[in-house]
Amino acid sequence: MTASPLFDAAMIETILLTLRLAGITTVVLLLVGTPLAWWLARGGGVWKEIVATVVALPIVLPPTVLGFYLLIAMGPHSPLTALLGRQLSFTFTGLVLGSVIYSLPFVVNPIRNAFEAMGPRPMEAAATLRAAPLDAFVSVALPLASPGIMTGAILGFAHTVGEFGVVLMIGGGIPGRTKVLSVTIFDYVETLQWPKAHVLAGGMLAMSFVVILAMMLIERRLNGGRR
Amino acid sequence: MIEAEFRGQLGGFALAAEFTAPGEGITALFGPSGCGKTTVLRAIAGLLRLPGSRLSVNGETWQDGRQFRPTHRRAIGYVFQEASLFPHLSVRANLTFGLSRVKGPVRIGEDEVAELLGIAPLFDRPTRMLSGGERQRVAIGRALLSQPELLLMDEPLSALDRFSKDEILPYLERLHAALSIPVLYVSHDIAEVERLADTLVLIEAGRVRAAGPLAEMLADPALPLIHMPQPAAVIDGEVVGRDTKYGLSEVRVPGGVVVVPGDLGPAGLRRRLRIPASDVSLGRHAPLDTTILNALPARIEGAEPAGGHQMTVRLRLGPDGRGAALLARVSLKSWDRLALKPGELVVARLKAVALAEPAPSAALAPPAFAEGRG
Repeated sequence: MTASPLFDAAMIETILLTLRLAGITTVVLLLVGTPLAWWLARGGGVWKEIVATVVALPIVLPPTVLGFYLLIAMGPHSPLTALLGRQLSFTFTGLVLGSVIYSLPFVVNPIRNAFEAMGPRPMEAAATLRAAPLDAFVSVALPLASPGIMTGAILGFAHTVGEFGVVLMIGGGIPGRTKVLSVTIFDYVETLQWPKAHVLAGGMLAMSFVVILAMMLIERRLNGGRR
Repeated sequence: MIEAEFRGQLGGFALAAEFTAPGEGITALFGPSGCGKTTVLRAIAGLLRLPGSRLSVNGETWQDGRQFRPTHRRAIGYVFQEASLFPHLSVRANLTFGLSRVKGPVRIGEDEVAELLGIAPLFDRPTRMLSGGERQRVAIGRALLSQPELLLMDEPLSALDRFSKDEILPYLERLHAALSIPVLYVSHDIAEVERLADTLVLIEAGRVRAAGPLAEMLADPALPLIHMPQPAAVIDGEVVGRDTKYGLSEVRVPGGVVVVPGDLGPAGLRRRLRIPASDVSLGRHAPLDTTILNALPARIEGAEPAGGHQMTVRLRLGPDGRGAALLARVSLKSWDRLALKPGELVVARLKAVALAEPAPSAALAPPAFAEGRG
């Protein structure tokens, strides 16, 4: 067995692909999750609870179950494929879609909590000061909920970087297209390249530590900085 | 002119409040907690939508069966019980939040508001560094700068401690004197109402019990105000002279001239006097030797039993009995002994007369201890 360097082109490719996937997913998550969180925090009716439950499902479902249904939904015979005219399974776009659904609760919940903690008063005050609803949302609700939005973004990013089951089911692990970090670590371990597995696994561990620390600091600011 | 009629279900009872308020001065919506006065104010702001209600302000319909103008399109200023400043904005940005969104002409400028409320020194502070009273002053300034045609205040002092209240009241009185915007002021504190209000709308269990000029309402035998433990008359007058040797001021009120201790300012100034019923005694003749400064002719209108073997006598100042309403608390024994009757001319002796508000110079310098973070 030849000694390979700890870093090789394939590894860099994997890391960049993972960061690109997590980055795009996070942006989509914020664009979808923020209005959804607002509706869940402010809206009413039975629909709200049903939608909230659907959004929360990925927290309890085994990723393989979610991945299985997503694979079918993106497969050759699904209505989605017919609608789009192309198959999303085993593509980067498919991975983004799957990641968004998988990580949605981790983004929506902190943002929803932040909107709920704000209470109705700031929006009422904004309305009495001539701000139309969208204006008030942008200039009052979003800044007040920014710690929650920040937490949601960090969680969504980290969760997407770390996902394995869903990605394996719908992405398959094609190098340069769908082979992300977690899948690569699994491959390294299977092929007994433990030093490389150490590099990636250690990097993930350090990143996770930083992420959780950052979140706790943000939370402390959220609770302590205001009254 | 504000014409309102609100209907709706409110907790345990039906809200059916109909009233008109003048297009100037302070109109107090007064009543016990839970009577629906805050609900009415929120409905006027459009923060609460009560179907089947009507509202028009200065001739413009804001709500009726067909239309409902949303809050951000109503020319109101709203001061909440808690200041509700935006914590992510500086004091200055809070103040200009509404102003920057006003489309019409700007009648009330930043400098004027800063001067009226004494908030210029606070401009560059973060909102969390303000005391309770300072926060509420900024909130009032923020509402005024949004160029309201109608200022709505929902118990703006009730969340404050005694010191902060005393700090803000003089500013509210200044606003009253300086601005022509009509104010609807929700309160359950009669002392605030006596100091500030011109018109009173008395609300009980979701209904308007009565509405009218404050001074008349305080002395109306059909209303509960005269039956409060410490009833008082509120009389608006004009300073007509001062006696610097004895430190006294003369105030002309409808039906007489009252001598008030202290320098009340230059002649022509409007001042409000508060005369508690327990500080007024009655006699048939002018006193000859007495330390009492004020002995004014007045006619008896009637008398109400006040409990504890006392009577609250309703009077009107002036020999013709057409002046300001005055109340006197006398013992039942004196009432019977003198055998006073409605229509009779008596001399009302005022043991004490005080301004409803403190003197301007003292009032506008907030005490140092009110600066504490609250």
